[in-house]
Amino acid sequence: MNTAIAWLHAPWPWYVSGPLIGLMVPLMLWIGNRSFGISNNLRHMCAMTQPKSVGVDFFHYNWREHYWSLVFAAGAVLGGFLAGIVFANPDPIALSVAALTMFSYWDVPIGSGYLPPVLFDFTWLSVIVMFAGGVLVGFGTRYAAGCTSGHAITGLATLQLQSLLAVVGIFAGGLLAAHFITPHLFSLFW
Amino acid sequence: MIKSEAASWYRIMEMFYFQSFHMFGIMVSAIITGFVGVLLLKRFGRLLTLDGDAIVIPQKAPGRYNYIFGGLIFGLGWGVIGLCPGPIFALVGMGSIGALAALAGALHGTWLYGLVKNRLPH
Repeated sequence: MNTAIAWLHAPWPWYVSGPLIGLMVPLMLWIGNRSFGISNNLRHMCAMTQPKSVGVDFFHYNWREHYWSLVFAAGAVLGGFLAGIVFANPDPIALSVAALTMFSYWDVPIGSGYLPPVLFDFTWLSVIVMFAGGVLVGFGTRYAAGCTSGHAITGLATLQLQSLLAVVGIFAGGLLAAHFITPHLFSLFW
Repeated sequence: MIKSEAASWYRIMEMFYFQSFHMFGIMVSAIITGFVGVLLLKRFGRLLTLDGDAIVIPQKAPGRYNYIFGGLIFGLGWGVIGLCPGPIFALVGMGSIGALAALAGALHGTWLYGLVKNRLPH
């Protein structure tokens, strides 16, 4: 019993979580032809809250048909709560030495958190940066009709060229930002 | 996502700097598992969904530029905040105000796309 609880608190190795995530692709197809991907929820949430008078037709569709997707998102929130709080990992994250060195060079503290505290909590930096980054994420995922779960995992697992294009774009953008923008973020605002 | 630390900003940066195999391990093993799983589904072709319909793999909509540019824009955001939509929801569950801000931003970004999409190359 003790080891089971300990295992629930510890972070999981990639060869456990990776296959678990990958299993979702055939599982969701089997359950009802659902395509595994989460970013569509952003569109649903916009559609839900848009009053009929506003004329953006991207959101004029029957979002209620996609209610399972919203359930999935709610599940992700609950999962975050369970894994991140109820079964929280008490130890600091096991990053590689190279990463740790880089973070100390950037002046970013590392605790057991998932985001640097300055981004996780309520600070001016977090609100502005996270919001701005979020806008890019929201815009980009709808333009590309998918994010890493929909394209990198589902799309590639089902061998779709469009997803490969998306993944190439995503990684190019990510590398650009991570190498040229993020390191300077912290020195700018400190 | 939380357990695999795929929702961790630190892990994402580590990935973009190729300082660890962890994130790549997750993605590659997920894709392979998904691929094999789908293959098996097709093999046992007469396997039906729980509702009794034949299993159909939804195809992505046709397009070129929307995938590349959309991916680029999304990637830029991802490279800064280290979160993609899944982890955003997961971290909201953990009580992160920053993640909430990211969610708010993402919703606005989505809405912005809805507004301008007809003027963008697809």
